[in-house]
Amino acid sequence: MKTITCNGKPLEIANDAHLQQLAHALMPTASVVIRNGFQTNEDILLEDGDSITLIEPGILPPQDVLEHMMAARHSPHVHETVRRACVGVAGLGGLGSNIAAMLARTGVGHLILADFDIVEPSNLNRQNYYVSHLGMYKTDATADIIRQINPFITVETHTIRITEDNAWDIFHGCDVVCEAFDHPACKAELVSALLSNSNTIRIVAGSGMAGYGSSNEILTQKRMSRLYICGDGHTAAANGIGLMAPRVSVCAGHQANMTLRLLLGIGQP
Amino acid sequence: MKVNGNTVPAEEGLTVGALLEQQGYPVKRIAVEVNGEIVSKAQYDSFALHDADTVEIVCFVGGG
Repeated sequence: MKTITCNGKPLEIANDAHLQQLAHALMPTASVVIRNGFQTNEDILLEDGDSITLIEPGILPPQDVLEHMMAARHSPHVHETVRRACVGVAGLGGLGSNIAAMLARTGVGHLILADFDIVEPSNLNRQNYYVSHLGMYKTDATADIIRQINPFITVETHTIRITEDNAWDIFHGCDVVCEAFDHPACKAELVSALLSNSNTIRIVAGSGMAGYGSSNEILTQKRMSRLYICGDGHTAAANGIGLMAPRVSVCAGHQANMTLRLLLGIGQP
Repeated sequence: MKVNGNTVPAEEGLTVGALLEQQGYPVKRIAVEVNGEIVSKAQYDSFALHDADTVEIVCFVGGG
């Protein structure tokens, strides 16, 4: 006999059991079959310790099975590490709203979100909100979106303007903080406040992502011992050079990926 | 000393504040690190720089 995990529960199987055969026997209507984080149609011989997930599209499973099904597409060692991590997002505009959603999809277990503002019509050109969020605090709207993406993530919100005086109180429990403000002076203030208060916290900031210049100019650079900067470094939002969804999202993706790398112990940008 | 990778002479008594003024940095939009340690704004005018120091100045632009 071999023992595998099926939809989060241990299951004993015969030594010659194959994946598709077993899936068909257990759940004939399953059209998505995942083995160890990888979706496949092949009828592979199952190994002791394998984890398989069988999903019937359109059917909402019970909570514990849902959590296992969602985790099934995470690479196993990645999921375990990021689930224990805490990441802060300072500012929930074009960068922050997108970063928070990406980190939620990645399965980062604890997110601390801070912003003082409400969702306005002019935000919808680049920020990760919908018409239904207009008038809501961005903290509440982002928390709502994260619940829809992954209800197993702990979200802490602070609806307040972040300054050098309260930044440490809000973000002191974080492994990494993503700086996602609009104003350059606020960016600088947050970086100085957090780095001078702690010897361990890492910051992944954004600088230069307006307009529609080449996506390939947007880079992740390690600029200080615990500060990473994503962006092209020079294209500020200005008269005639607006912030637009594609480039802002590229930069947010850089920040989210650098955050993921740091959580996994990789310091190289 | 090195400032953002470039060799710059460290004059006697040079402070972070004086270096920033000399090089024309917009003080409100920057963060400064010397030898791996952040230097807060309140320290700029008293923080003395020395030969062989490594200074990193990050200047932010708006948008996010």
